[in-house]
Amino acid sequence: MPEHESHVFDVVVIGAGGAGLRAAIEASAAGARTAIVCKSLLGKAHTVMAEGGVAAALGNVWPEDNWMVHFRDTMRGGKMLNNWRMAQLHAQEAPDRVLELEEWGAVFDRTPDGRILQRDFGGHRYARLAHVGDRTGLELLRTCQQRAVSLGIEVFMECKILHLLKDSSGAVSGAVGFWRESGKPVVFGAKSVVLASGGVGKTWKFTSNSWEGTGDGHALALWAGADMIDMECVQFHPTGMVWPPSARGILVTEGVRGDGGVLRNRDGERFMFNYIPEFYAKETADSIEEADQWYDNKKDFRRPPELLPRDEVARSINSEVKGGRGSPHGGVFLDIASRRTPEYIKRRLPSMYHQFKELADVDITKEPMEIGPTCHYIMGGIRVDADTAATTVPGLYAAGEVAGGMHGANRLGGNSLSDLLVFGRRAGQYAAEHALGMPGDVLVDSGQVQEVMQEALAPFGRETGENPYAVHHELQETMQSLVGIIRTESELLEAKDKLADLDERAAAVGVEGHRQFNPGWHLALDLQSMLAVAHCTTLSAIERKESRGGHTRDDYPASDPELGKVNMVTRLAGTTVTVTPEPLPVMPDELKTLFEEGH
Amino acid sequence: MATSADQTGPEAASTATADVASGASGTPTVTLRLWRGDDTGGSFNDYTVDNLGGEVVLDVVHRVQAEQAPDLAVRWNCKAGKCGSCSAEVNGRPRLMCMTRMSTLDTTQPITVSPLRANPVIRDLVTDVSYNFAVARRIPAFHPGPRDADGTYRMAQVDADRVQEFRKCIECFLCQNVCHVVRDHEENKPHFAGPRFFARLAELEMHPLDTLDRRDLASRELGIGYCNITKCCTEVCPEGIHITDNAIIPMKERVVDARYDPIAWLGRKILRRPAPTPASSTASLSPAGKAHETISTQPRTPAGG
Amino acid sequence: MTVVEQTQGAPRPTPVRIGGARGGPPLSTVLRKDNWRLQPTLTALGLLGFIGYSVWAALRNGDFYAGNVGRDYLSPLYSPCLTHSCTTAGYVWGGWSWWRVSPAWLILAFPGAFRTTCYYYRKAYYRSFWLSPPGCAVPDAGSTGTGRRSRYTGETRFPLLLQNLHRYTWYFAVVFAGILTWDAIASFRFTNGVGVAVGTLLFVVNAIFIWAYTLGCHACRHLCGGNLKRMSEAPVRHWFWKNISSQLNAHHQLFAWCSLFSIIATDLYTYLVASGAIHDPRLF
Ligand code: SF4
Ligand code: SF4
Ligand code: FES
Ligand code: FES
Repeated sequence: MPEHESHVFDVVVIGAGGAGLRAAIEASAAGARTAIVCKSLLGKAHTVMAEGGVAAALGNVWPEDNWMVHFRDTMRGGKMLNNWRMAQLHAQEAPDRVLELEEWGAVFDRTPDGRILQRDFGGHRYARLAHVGDRTGLELLRTCQQRAVSLGIEVFMECKILHLLKDSSGAVSGAVGFWRESGKPVVFGAKSVVLASGGVGKTWKFTSNSWEGTGDGHALALWAGADMIDMECVQFHPTGMVWPPSARGILVTEGVRGDGGVLRNRDGERFMFNYIPEFYAKETADSIEEADQWYDNKKDFRRPPELLPRDEVARSINSEVKGGRGSPHGGVFLDIASRRTPEYIKRRLPSMYHQFKELADVDITKEPMEIGPTCHYIMGGIRVDADTAATTVPGLYAAGEVAGGMHGANRLGGNSLSDLLVFGRRAGQYAAEHALGMPGDVLVDSGQVQEVMQEALAPFGRETGENPYAVHHELQETMQSLVGIIRTESELLEAKDKLADLDERAAAVGVEGHRQFNPGWHLALDLQSMLAVAHCTTLSAIERKESRGGHTRDDYPASDPELGKVNMVTRLAGTTVTVTPEPLPVMPDELKTLFEEGH
Repeated sequence: MATSADQTGPEAASTATADVASGASGTPTVTLRLWRGDDTGGSFNDYTVDNLGGEVVLDVVHRVQAEQAPDLAVRWNCKAGKCGSCSAEVNGRPRLMCMTRMSTLDTTQPITVSPLRANPVIRDLVTDVSYNFAVARRIPAFHPGPRDADGTYRMAQVDADRVQEFRKCIECFLCQNVCHVVRDHEENKPHFAGPRFFARLAELEMHPLDTLDRRDLASRELGIGYCNITKCCTEVCPEGIHITDNAIIPMKERVVDARYDPIAWLGRKILRRPAPTPASSTASLSPAGKAHETISTQPRTPAGG
Repeated sequence: MTVVEQTQGAPRPTPVRIGGARGGPPLSTVLRKDNWRLQPTLTALGLLGFIGYSVWAALRNGDFYAGNVGRDYLSPLYSPCLTHSCTTAGYVWGGWSWWRVSPAWLILAFPGAFRTTCYYYRKAYYRSFWLSPPGCAVPDAGSTGTGRRSRYTGETRFPLLLQNLHRYTWYFAVVFAGILTWDAIASFRFTNGVGVAVGTLLFVVNAIFIWAYTLGCHACRHLCGGNLKRMSEAPVRHWFWKNISSQLNAHHQLFAWCSLFSIIATDLYTYLVASGAIHDPRLF
């Protein structure tokens, strides 16, 4: 009777980035029949974009390093909003995960004595990032991919999941999706489902994320009844490329500023001197002369204001642009050309030189770069149990960027790759355990499948409906300008109204053509996920009346110790998203002492 | 302007070419000649859009998609030359669309963008790359020896260097597409792994920790002898990997050691060197030449079901 | 939950579609807009030119040794001197009076085999003579038809299987490079002692190019260290491998052509001097 293709597995992993592959490897090794379902081809996931490295306290370069230091750095960086247990497990298990990669064929850069080399990174006390040049993410992904292939794990490529299926007890029983290639439905029966679908960046206009970052996993979980936490904590990197359009959002490393690059507005003014906050005034230079001397003499002079924390710099860029002093394409200028010799720039920043040359045809040794904040990473996500990665829905697990809690309000560089490995493995392990402990067959409700597909195909019936590209554009504009890096109550409320409006428009979009590989149709479906994310983020942002990490409120510029003790939990009540502050898990006293030693 | 794949006749192309020079507003325009169609046929259709400057081919394709042909199928992910999804042939040359700047092309003429020719077309610019995933399954995985006493592996950077060159591969499969062994002689697909996988074999062979011997496999089952070292793979590799010089030729030389060199053979007999474990392929081959045959068990449905 | 469906079974394997309709632009059209014919044409002309010249030089069977004008120049196409042709200066490597035709034929066989099986020249003639392929993304000659050339077996069958023995031709090539070095040293020898003439410089440059080409050979690179798994444990071989790879092998194509031209130039010069057509100016 069923007209659709169906497959049954013990564990179905949605997403084939680092976390998804690691989960599948673990589940398969535990003896569960495992499948990976991914929206793109295998090996194309956004993990390849990670450059810096995997943070793990291996202690190869600094023997003093250990998991407690890493744990403390992570919690500090996350403004203590992290789930302490996740941060602890992460710091403890990361070294093993890295060594394991090596056993699967990864080739990290080496120390002179042949061990894994580690590099320094912002927020990490010791050189801690295992790396391979500036393509560590690719190495991690390829290694996991090759491992998964050698284990014979089934991979369903270019298949988008539309909905999770649940059985009568409320537990997850599978998922329904369609082949992007043919537009035909496919049903997966599964005893456990692992969500590892990555980020949400495509909801914003300027983003470093690829088209896949549409928050599918967040939305699937939300619709299935799972809790989301801290969706307002989105990391905006202050320096992303804004021009040309081809490169919009691509990161410009902080190293440019560290090596002498300065920010200028349209009039050529080094505007950062106008934005030094009281809090940092003691350690920041207040004259150009002083700032310029710091590069050579870091002891006797104070830091230039260009090197203030990410949120401060992003905020200042934002006000310059809003004040009409921005660059022609809505950013500001990052100028190193007038300050350093071409040889110096090429030697210190080879990849940046190359990136601007290749993508923008800009010679950064001759011209300033145009940059602006870009949406980079979401710290919030699905609420999970720290040890098992289980969500609040039975049988549903989540790992990687889609899961929340690990990074608190702000993520340290290098911690995301280790997050993928540590919690990917845990999700796979416990998903397999759950599945293998469940006797009997998987039951799938055909009625649900029919319903989901019908809804998915609806845009074809609306020939005169709005173009999904237009709605997406509008959504990105809304989120960028109203729920961007700096937020205020009035704008957030305005965004909330606009989103309600966009909901209606998204529900009425029409697509032309056929079902085979039709990007317009795919976007129409992705829009639903992005809107779900947008709602969660906006609501939580309204509720968190303080500034903390990635969440900056103009109307509440300071952080509120009381709000630092709660997660903003968003969940679906009927068809609307609600937000509730709920207390964070409490850190045990022996870990608390780590923060009291005065480091 | 052509907006749907049904408009595949020659008229569709000619109507749009009428004014290439500039649009109504005076901004310069550019014409993309895009392949539309599926495995049963298709044609080039012209789309004229503004030439905004500072763009790459993928941007312009996206603009065509957003403004004129929302159902135009194209694969892409990172738009930064890191994922290897957006492979296509721009003016007949295999390229990453996201790394081909418009300013490097002659925009006074229509720019052709066509799908990778070595693969069956699924739709428009999207092709069926399953051949590559099927080959990937046939390469025996990395197989390290035991760890050192302290639970780690040691390897020197000089040894890592050689391997790391191949691990830069972003699996864009441009090399697999340009290689005439399969591009022009499709019947070789079942017994030819292709340059990307010769690089993978070389990477494993040269890996200081690996213990398997894949030379016989490379020669007997993966068809390294079919390569006539004409270097097109190296020419198109966006990562600048010296596939032919650093992977294929060294592998050919290793295969000579293992199979063809009489002195090396004699030497092995006399010195009784212990041979490394020969690896065997994880999937079997099927005979060549039949239409629509199955090589492996890649779990995907065929295009169009 | 009303309708309950039992799902089961393994996923269908994906066919790798071979031989069916591929779609896309016709296989025989070339979409490249640049002048892709130029490269194979130039290569073919260069190689044909060399072949033509060496046939002429071999048939010449004379004026390959300039001892008659007081210069110890022996053309590289006739070196080592096997027959009695160069006895006038007492410069004889062999005294093969039984060899009747031009000794160049015998000598050319060795460098000929070396260059024919060289990885670079293989690329060059597969592309420009065999048109397989004539250029990247240009179809192989005959591949879109149904004739014999619609199939392709590469180097998997006899006689092309013999390309695998390239390293043996290299062993001989090293000997020949040594001989040409000897000739270059001999070219410093004048009837009244040591000196340098224009011809001397040519012989020296030729010997350098021959070595650069011979040592940059892929077989040599393999023997030096390319066949090792852990080069860090063999520092000397690693040093050789590293330098040969980056200095010589990376420019193998360049040296292949340079040495080709230097051979022609040296032979031609020797011929012109020996035949008395020009005078070889002495520099020191
Ligand atoms: S060098 Fe060999 S593998 Fe590379 S394209 Fe040419 S024939 Fe194919
Ligand atoms: S070797 Fe180069 S061309 Fe081939 S798939 Fe890898 S990156 Fe692409
Ligand atoms: S889109 Fe990733 S390489 Fe072009
Ligand atoms: S001489 Fe060219 S590769 Fe050996």
